[in-house]
This record gives sequence, structure tokens and C-alpha cells, in this order.
Amino acid sequence: MNRNIRIVGITLVLCFIALFVQLNRIQIFQQEDLQENPSNMRSVIRDFNRERGEIFTIDGEVIAKSQEIDGQLKYERLYPFADLYAHSTGFFSFQYGADGLERYYNDQLSGQTEKQRFSSLEDIFTDTDTSADLTITINHSIQKTAKDALGERNGSVVVVDPRTGAILAFWSYPSYDPTIFGSADLENGQKAWDEFSSLPSSKDPRLPKMYREIFFPGSTFKLVTAAAALSSSSATLTEPEFEVRNTYTPPLTTFPLQNFAGGTCGGDILEGLRVSCNTTFAELAAEIVGAEPMIETSEKFGFNSSPPIDLPSPVPSIFPDDFGNQVGETDNDPPIPILENTPALAQSGIGQFNVKATPLQMALVAAAIANDGIVMKPHLMDSFRDQNGKTIETYKPVIWQSVLSRQDAQSLQLAMETTASSGTATNLAIPTIRVGGKTGTAQIDADRPNDTHGWIVGYAGPQDGEATLAISVIIESVPGEGQLTGGVDAAPIAKAVLMEALRVQGILE
Amino acid sequence: MKSRNRNVEFFLLLFVAALVIAGYVLASLGRSSAIPANIIPFLVGILLLLLLAHLAVRRFAPNADFSLLPLAGLLNGIGYFVIARLDKDLAGLQATWTLVGVGAFIATLVLIPQIRRIEQYRYILMTIGVIFLIMPLIPGFGREINGARIWVSLGPINFQPGEFAKIVLAVFFSAYIVEKRDVLAVSGARRFGISFPELRHFGPILLAWGISLIVMVAEKDLGSSLLFFTLFVVLLWISTGKASYLGVSAILFFGGALLAWSQFAHVKERVDIWIHPFNDPTGDGYQIVQSSFALAEGGLTGTGLGVGNPENIPAVETDFILAAIGEELGLIGTTAVLILFLLMVGAGLKISLMSSRPFEKLLSSGLTTLLGFQAFIIIAGVVRLLPLTGVTLPFVSYGGSSLVANWILLALLLRISDEARGSETDENPTSTEVR
Repeated sequence: MNRNIRIVGITLVLCFIALFVQLNRIQIFQQEDLQENPSNMRSVIRDFNRERGEIFTIDGEVIAKSQEIDGQLKYERLYPFADLYAHSTGFFSFQYGADGLERYYNDQLSGQTEKQRFSSLEDIFTDTDTSADLTITINHSIQKTAKDALGERNGSVVVVDPRTGAILAFWSYPSYDPTIFGSADLENGQKAWDEFSSLPSSKDPRLPKMYREIFFPGSTFKLVTAAAALSSSSATLTEPEFEVRNTYTPPLTTFPLQNFAGGTCGGDILEGLRVSCNTTFAELAAEIVGAEPMIETSEKFGFNSSPPIDLPSPVPSIFPDDFGNQVGETDNDPPIPILENTPALAQSGIGQFNVKATPLQMALVAAAIANDGIVMKPHLMDSFRDQNGKTIETYKPVIWQSVLSRQDAQSLQLAMETTASSGTATNLAIPTIRVGGKTGTAQIDADRPNDTHGWIVGYAGPQDGEATLAISVIIESVPGEGQLTGGVDAAPIAKAVLMEALRVQGILE
Repeated sequence: MKSRNRNVEFFLLLFVAALVIAGYVLASLGRSSAIPANIIPFLVGILLLLLLAHLAVRRFAPNADFSLLPLAGLLNGIGYFVIARLDKDLAGLQATWTLVGVGAFIATLVLIPQIRRIEQYRYILMTIGVIFLIMPLIPGFGREINGARIWVSLGPINFQPGEFAKIVLAVFFSAYIVEKRDVLAVSGARRFGISFPELRHFGPILLAWGISLIVMVAEKDLGSSLLFFTLFVVLLWISTGKASYLGVSAILFFGGALLAWSQFAHVKERVDIWIHPFNDPTGDGYQIVQSSFALAEGGLTGTGLGVGNPENIPAVETDFILAAIGEELGLIGTTAVLILFLLMVGAGLKISLMSSRPFEKLLSSGLTTLLGFQAFIIIAGVVRLLPLTGVTLPFVSYGGSSLVANWILLALLLRISDEARGSETDENPTSTEVR
């Protein structure tokens, strides 16, 4: 009997050893996987019960703050300007986690970076509030102007300082009030969340379209095509001259490509940009520049990679990277290859076919040209301050890409300024200010020529100095509601925003 | 020997009181950065309770094992401060149950001065045990809570008679097996190299198996069902050493499990959740997934008492209390709990080894098996080693019936221990048996 009792004992010991092994697996070996599991809300709950820094605009408006409350949750997160900054701050929600800056800078805001936690020896032993306040580069009055100017039209406005990459306005309509998700009224939050989730993604106000939605850039993309021509030395602003015509038929197809509203145009690249001539740029891309330089230049501008902005999950803009095998070559000198999909390359040259860009990307195209060919890393963070008001981190501008030579960039500046003074972008012109622009009217479906996005990209600055602002505006097509053009619909919005920004910068009275 | 044992126990109990008070204060500091307001009454209360239990053992079972009471006290104390940190109202009730439990512990020591006195009541005990088991099924009497029909309402009090049935049946099984031992151990035909007892001797196993099935099917109480069956089989095997009993039981167990899995939705659901907890992390798998998150959050050292978020786990005060311990005290805390149970198992089986009469031997191993195996199956459920079976973690989980029953179980073990050690010092060790 005693032997059997011992065996029972050994069996129980083995059972407990199995428990110990399994506890080790869960608590130690799988710890990280489990903590990062998307349905694990513990880190959010933890952060929710802790002080969290505020977010300020560069001019000192509080746009996100935590408020202590009684209840199961210690704090709720409030956004005093409701929808105005929703796509920058994102939300900080007990139920749904975080998005936007709240997510990107979560560790700093909640005071959890190593640097913040142990900034002095004494912090290890005392319970100090280590959270940091974030100041962002957006200016409240420019942001408000962008919102008012766009009104209740679906679209986006992005303003960036081309010299530093600082985002000065970042607006997209429709937007939402992130307080719904940050407040302690979880039921209300869930109702809104479910309602938003039932909408098609293009109508979901949670979507920050300026960096997470891509659109046909249309004629604004001609800037990239022109840049490819200049930097590959296959053309200059004035050479060659293109035929004045109303259609162009690329090689390997009989399907002609038309000018806007059936118009007739031609001439050199400068003229092509000024009047936004489709036939010129389609031929330029297909038969003079060719696929390789087009792909290379668009990727230098940032296409096909996620922009390095300090926001979570930015979406890359797209330029097709394969136009098929070579089937022949052009008869100009030097000859360039004709590929299976050269007709698509012609379409791509005018920002159609499979070319798609975020409003942020198009603002960076304008910024690259305005900043003499150098595109700076876009960013929203300006600085972090600890709870004693001491600055603990300040943003230092960083070059993202060298896109163009200074000379080529300045050629394009000339073209854009001509377009603003006497071309399709005259609605953007501001007296006494140096303004460059390029309009775009992007068809979203070849069968419905009247459904178009209206685009404008541009820059502005003092008459005798470098550009201090770059902008992109898109008004999205509303099917059946008539054509939206860059020049008529988008340009006035951009102008109003640029003027406010110039006033903020002290350039305009 | 006698006084030395009790003195060691006394100092261990002081140590237990210090640990529990420290845990209680830390949990309060972690939660609200304040020393709990009722710290003085708490301190006096816990010291008084442990002292009462100690004095009762000193008076009524002076030769008993010294480690079991401190171990149980510590587990009860850990459970208490974790519950106090989770839910103030439940903590108040748990304090009352602890008081009742210690009262029942003392009463058991007083009322059962010699363990063999209960041996003769085996058939009465069997009847009581079976009545306890099926009580929840009586209409108007039994109540279904959280999907298991294991509750009985007697006036204002709800209790789980199954917790007490376990102990009563352990006594009956032990007495029955001792009585029939000779018959049960007789060899019949040999097949496959194993000697099988005559077929009719499997009758009791089939009966125990049938009762287990009823409990599982009608009361949807997987854990208790498994526990009864295991208890009976272990006792049968300890007394006869016949592998054939184990083999037949294993076949019956797996047959029953397969049958239950294929026929009963609630069993199938438990198994599905066990295999694929992350298929539906916010629905069916919520509890076990949250438990895993809590354990992972704890890591090696835990978040600290009162600083974690174990509240998200459904039934965290009862079945899943180990996950709360794992979150706030880490692997160190969960390992400590495992070790405490192993020490209790060790002490319990040592009592069994030291006992000289078969009934005491069987009963003490049976009670120890109940304690250790119950702890094993619920922890195994919490850590996803086995499907969740929904029993309490002895002494630690919230729950009056369970706590009181386990204190009674402890008293019985100490009673047997007292007799075993007492007889050891007798000049004639077999004298008790001869009488």
C-alpha cells in the first residue's frame, strides 16, 4: 500500500511539474506574443489609468487632454476642437486602442520611454508624473482656414513647410470627434464605432485620407513627368516642341488620348504645363522619357514607398513599376524602348491608369520642387516637454530624398509660376507673392468623363526669396454631381489657405 | 515531540500572518496608494483566527502534523487579499466564510476525537453523499448558476452540497474498500498478462462511473465529475495495487469523455475553446484568452499587487484566481502557489504513510488526492493544459462551500495525523489495531 501511495504522490508531483512548465510557457516564453495580440487591451487599460500628456498646436491651442474622472476608468481623453484635429491626433480609446499621434507617440505621451521614466535617480523611488506634452507643427488658424475653405465637400488639404517638412495644416473632410472614443461613455463610443464601421470606407470619417487614401493625381502628376524628362536629359523646358493637336495615339494602340474638354494644344514642356496639355505629356512619357526614368523619378519623389511621416500606417502612393517586355524602339535620337504596355505608360504620364497618390504625397511633390529639389522628411512633432515645462526633445529637420538638381527644380519653379500667373492655376495667384501651381482634373472612370477629382498643388513665398509653403488640395468626385476641376474648384481653397499661412508667417499683411 | 511540533506550527503561523498582512497592505497601496483603513481590525482578526485554530489543534490533536495548518492558512490568506483587491464586497463575505471554515475545522476536531468512529457509519455516509450529490437536481431546491446546476437553496443560504459530498464519499469509499479489500484483490483469470479480478468486482467502479456521469450530464459539472471518479479509482488502486483496475477505469474514463464530447454541447464547447481559444477571443474564448493575457502581463515578477487589471477575467475570484495571482505576482507568485499545494500533498501523503490502519491510510490519501487533484485540474484549465472544468482552487478561490469543506478536510487530515503520530510514540504500535 505504501508503495502505491508513493506512486500517487509522484504522479501528483509530475502533474504539478506540467503546470509549472505550462506557466513558464505562458508567462515567459509566449509573453511578448500574448502582449502584442491585437485583442489584448491590457496595455490600453494600463495607459488609460495613467497621466497622459496634452497635445498642443504650435501656437499653443490644446487639442488633446486628459481629464480625471470618478469611475472604473481614472481618466478620459478629450479633444476640445472636436473634428478639427481628429486625423492628426487620432483617438485614444479604452475600447478601440489608439490611432494617429496618440498611437505613434504613445510612449512619450504616457511617459513610458526609458529616458522619461528614469531621467533622474530619484524618479526610481518616487511616483512622479513622467508623461510629456507634445507640441505639433500645425498652426491653429491655418488649420481652421483649411477646414472652412473646403467646407462640406469631401476632400483634403495638406500644407507643409518645404524648408523643414513641418506640416502646417492637415485637414480632411469628413472628419469626426475623437472625444466620442476617448470619453468614459463607452456605450456611446461603441454606437459611433459601429455606425462608422458600417459605412463604405470612402465615407468613413475615421479615415485620414490625406495619408491613408490614394487617388488618381491626374494632371498634377505632369510635374513628375516633366521632372523625369529634365533629370534624364531627354528634354528641356523648351525642347522639343510637340505637335499642336487634340488627340495623341500612343504606339501599339489605336485608341487615341484626348486633351481636356477636347481642346487643342502643343508646344514645349513649359507651354504643356501652363495649359496642362495631355497630348504633350502622354507622348513625353511614352516616347521621349520612357519607362525606366519615369519609374525612377516618381520613386525619388516618394512613390511606391511609405512616407516617413510620424503617423501610424501611412499608405504608399503608387506608380506602376513594370510596363512589360520590350517590343521595339522609338526612331528618335537616342531611341528609347517601346514596351508592351507603352499605352499605359502614356496614361501614367498624365497621372491616370494605375497611378495613385495620397494628398500628402502630392504636397511633397510641390515641396520638393519648391525646395530646389530636396524633399524634407514630413513631420508633425515639434517638441516634447515634461511636466515641469522643460523641453526634453525637439524635432530637427532631416532630408528625406534628393529628387532633382537645383537647376531642374528651378526650371520647374518657372513653369509652375507661369502656370499660376497665366495658365490653368491663375486662381491661385496672390498679388505681391511668389506663387507656383499646377492643377489637376483626374478622371476616375474612362466611361464617365464628368466624374472628376479636382486637384491643385502649389507653393508660395516672398517674391524675392525661397518658398515657405507647399500645398496640395483635392476635392473628391461626387458621382453624378458634375465635373470638379483643379483650376475652378480646388485653386480658390488653396489660395485662401496659403494667404492665411502667409499672414501667419508674416509675409503677407 | 508533541510540544515541539506545536511550537513550530505557532511560529509558522506568525510568519503566515506577516505575509498575509503584507500582501493585504501592498495590494491596497498598489490600488489606492493608501494603507487600508481597517488594517488594525484586519491584523487582529487574522491573528485571532490563526491563534484559535492553533489552540484547537494544540488541545484536540496535539501530535498532528505541524505544516498543514500554516500552509492552508497561507493559501487562504493569499486568496483573501487577492479577493479583497478584486472586490470589496466579496472580501467581506470571504472573511465570514473563513471564520465559519475555521469554526468548522475546530468543530470537526472536537466532534471526531477518533477517526475510526466515522468508519462504522459508512453506509449512512454513502446515503448522505449521494443525497448531497443529487440535491441540486431536485426541482425547487436546486438552482442553476452560470450554467452549472450545483447549487442548493436552503432559505437565504445558497450552497454547493457537492463540496461536502466529496469528503463524505471519500470516507465512504475508504471504508467500503477496506471492507471489501480481500474480495477486490482476489485474482481471477489472467488475460494479456494481467490478472483480472472477477467481473462482478468491477461493479463498484461502474457505480462510481455512473454517478460521475450523472453529475457531469445533469449538473454540467465536469470538474466534480472527474474528481469523484479519480478519487474512487485512486483509492481502489492504492488498496489493491491492481493495474487492471486502472486500465478498466482509463477505458471507462475515455469512453465517457468521448461520449460526453460527442453528445453534449457544453462539453464540446469547452473542448473547442480549449483547442482554439483565439478563434473567438471576444466571445467564447474570452475568459481563457483574458486569463492568458493576464498571466503574460505578469511575466516573471508580476505587475505588483493592486496594479494589474485582472478584473477583466470573468470568474476571476473563483475559478480563475490563479490568473489574478499570475498577473500581479508573476511566475514567482504562481510557482509559490504550486509549491504550497505540493507541500500540502507531501504532508498529506506522509500522514497516510505513517498511519497504520488501512482505513486511515486510505482516507488520508483520498483526502490529499482530492485537495491536490482539484488544485491540479483547475490550474490546468486556467493555463490551458486541460479543458476548463470549473472547480475552485482549494482555500484560495472565493466560495463559502468550498472553503468550509476544505477546512473540514484539513481537520480530518490532522485528526488522522494526530493518531498516527500518537501511536508512533506508543509502546505497542499495534495496540490500537488490536483493540
